[in-house]
Amino acid sequence: MRRATREYLVFLWRCGRIAFVGDWRYYAWMGVLTVICLLGLNAYAKQLVHGLIATGMSDEVSWGVYIANFTFLVGVAAAAVMMVIPVYIYDNEELHDLVIFGELLAVAAILMCLAFVTVDLGRPDRFWHLIPGLGQLNFPASMLSWDVIVLNGYLLLNVHICGYLLYCRYRNVKPSKWFYIPFVFVAIVWAVSIHTVTAFLYVGLGGRPFWNSSIVGPRFLASAFTAGPAIIILALQVIRRLTNYRITDKALLTLRSIVQVSMLINVFLLVNEVFKEFYSGNLHVASSKYLYLGLHGYHALVPWIWTAIVFNLVAMFLLVLPLSRSLKWLNLTCVLCIVGIWIEKGMGLVIPGFIPTPLGQMVEYRPSLNETLVCLGIWAFGLLCYTVFLRMSVPILQGRLSKANEGPGRPA
Amino acid sequence: MSHSDFPPLQGEPAPAAGMNRRSFLRTSAVLTTGLAALASSLRPLLELEDYTSVEQFMQKYYKELTPAEMAKVLKRIENEVEKQYGIRPQVRDLRPMDGVEFVYALNLTRCIGCRKCVHACVQENNQSRNPEIQYIRVLRMPHGSFDLDQSEHNYAPATVPEKGYFYMPVQCQQCRNPPCVKVCPVHATWQETDGITVIDYNWCIGCRYCEAACPYWARHFNFTKPSIPKERLNPEMSYLGNQPRHQGVMEKCHFCIQRTRAGRYPACLEVCPAGARKFGNILDPNSEVSYILRTKRVFIQLKEELGTSPRFFYYFDV
Repeated sequence: MRRATREYLVFLWRCGRIAFVGDWRYYAWMGVLTVICLLGLNAYAKQLVHGLIATGMSDEVSWGVYIANFTFLVGVAAAAVMMVIPVYIYDNEELHDLVIFGELLAVAAILMCLAFVTVDLGRPDRFWHLIPGLGQLNFPASMLSWDVIVLNGYLLLNVHICGYLLYCRYRNVKPSKWFYIPFVFVAIVWAVSIHTVTAFLYVGLGGRPFWNSSIVGPRFLASAFTAGPAIIILALQVIRRLTNYRITDKALLTLRSIVQVSMLINVFLLVNEVFKEFYSGNLHVASSKYLYLGLHGYHALVPWIWTAIVFNLVAMFLLVLPLSRSLKWLNLTCVLCIVGIWIEKGMGLVIPGFIPTPLGQMVEYRPSLNETLVCLGIWAFGLLCYTVFLRMSVPILQGRLSKANEGPGRPA
Repeated sequence: MSHSDFPPLQGEPAPAAGMNRRSFLRTSAVLTTGLAALASSLRPLLELEDYTSVEQFMQKYYKELTPAEMAKVLKRIENEVEKQYGIRPQVRDLRPMDGVEFVYALNLTRCIGCRKCVHACVQENNQSRNPEIQYIRVLRMPHGSFDLDQSEHNYAPATVPEKGYFYMPVQCQQCRNPPCVKVCPVHATWQETDGITVIDYNWCIGCRYCEAACPYWARHFNFTKPSIPKERLNPEMSYLGNQPRHQGVMEKCHFCIQRTRAGRYPACLEVCPAGARKFGNILDPNSEVSYILRTKRVFIQLKEELGTSPRFFYYFDV
């Protein structure tokens, strides 16, 4: 037992150490991310002192870019399942050795999600009120309590799966199926649940007609399965460029088909939503009017949403054309998908729900500089985490960081 | 270069045993710079004065406080208020009375849109003056429409009422089926037996989900530390009512709990010059509100279709 603990601690220690080792590009990249993180931390410290008045939010628009980014990133986290399903259910060979990079991305995304909700709290010092047993978690009535449970559960599942598989690889032993396969299948269902629950957070509000629509859940999933794999396509190419890890073009093209189908469904659902809102012409269309056309002379979101729609449509056409089988075009398509969906699932979903207010007042929202810095800090933090995860896992998977080469001479 | 084997383990720090002077200096330099950068980024926290005390941080949930603990909490709040405002308040924990369910009725024919209720409420309930938080919003509605999107919030004519409009004050509707209570992740807001939905300000985590859920825009958030001029502080306080709030928590109309649970009328009712506001116990068949709801031909619950079932009724002289 003590030996096993010691062995595990050595493993952790070596993983931790290697995160601080790399060539100049690695140091430069990590340095830049650290600086942005600290800028964000500084902005958050200011927000803690002065309150959420440091943001652009108000009683009229009481959620802003924090919750918008949170919503987008839950989707990114959920999208890991789009690699897990081909590998574990359809035995896809090409993606087999890559699925862990998707799961690690999910871990990083969830960490960012947790950071985004924390910075949105008015009283972060009272977070313990959410802990079951210690506080008063309002489960199952509050959708937010569901979100607390599913997000943390998903984090634990993925940390366990990745951690276990990497540790086995490190020791060069075959992983025991019972120790991870059941968790993988639970994680598949769980991934769908995190984004569904996040959608229900909005859908359940009867007083907000823009969100109180059953299409929000399906659209969340479709857009998540577009943007998430698109991010993974880009990330895999970065890994391939910077390491000699084997990543085939075929694997990337498999992911392309997933993005392709998801984007088609996403655009189809968008058409459904827009038709229902505008054709029936009842008074509940106000928020959609504000979003797409502007209302009573207010139109801050109009350029954003049309950018998103154009990006999504162009991406959709590129995806169905054989053109996007070339990596150059595929990368452009992925960027369009990611940006388009980030706008539409973030700002385009959260903000118009508040405009006009339930009492019909028009008040717009614009994120403050401080708020933007906090967001950038969290994104940098997420990238930092993901980079560190990759820095640890790639050498382990390649067998260059293993128990066999432990010893005083070579700590990493 | 781009296909080089990353990580090329060059520049890897040697293990502690073999650590030479140069790498030691370099490591310490990096470490010092890092810590200095971290410290300077956290510098604003030095201004965090009386954000929370140990007692505040550890305070239990309202419904779990024993009477002795409650007494201690009330004493502590009195001390805190005295320290901050130089006035010794009386903070009570008034409980709902048996056989009472409060209901509000507002006569839209009579309301003249003077907003006296708005200001009486702010004065009574110790709302922040800067930034200003108000529990009552008076809407100016065009003649003949009940579409809230056509309401004007910032009307400012020389005299009210104006021709062609009617006025509709909206505040917490004290729903029987309150969406805000359902969504709160920590049970910080709930409905009491007398029908008043209250907030434990000392338990709220400030997620603002209730604010998103409320169809009446009744809930308001303390985006910064509330500021009340000393001479304006109302020292008659109750724990679930008008005790001064902290930064980062929600608040809303509570039917002036500190008054109504002690047998008085809400401040907005007392100040109304038009007699448009009626308040009372719906369980008492002889109360004014019972009479109104029994005899008026038309009364309205705002956004009735949402199923929130407000205890706030709008009626007309017909």
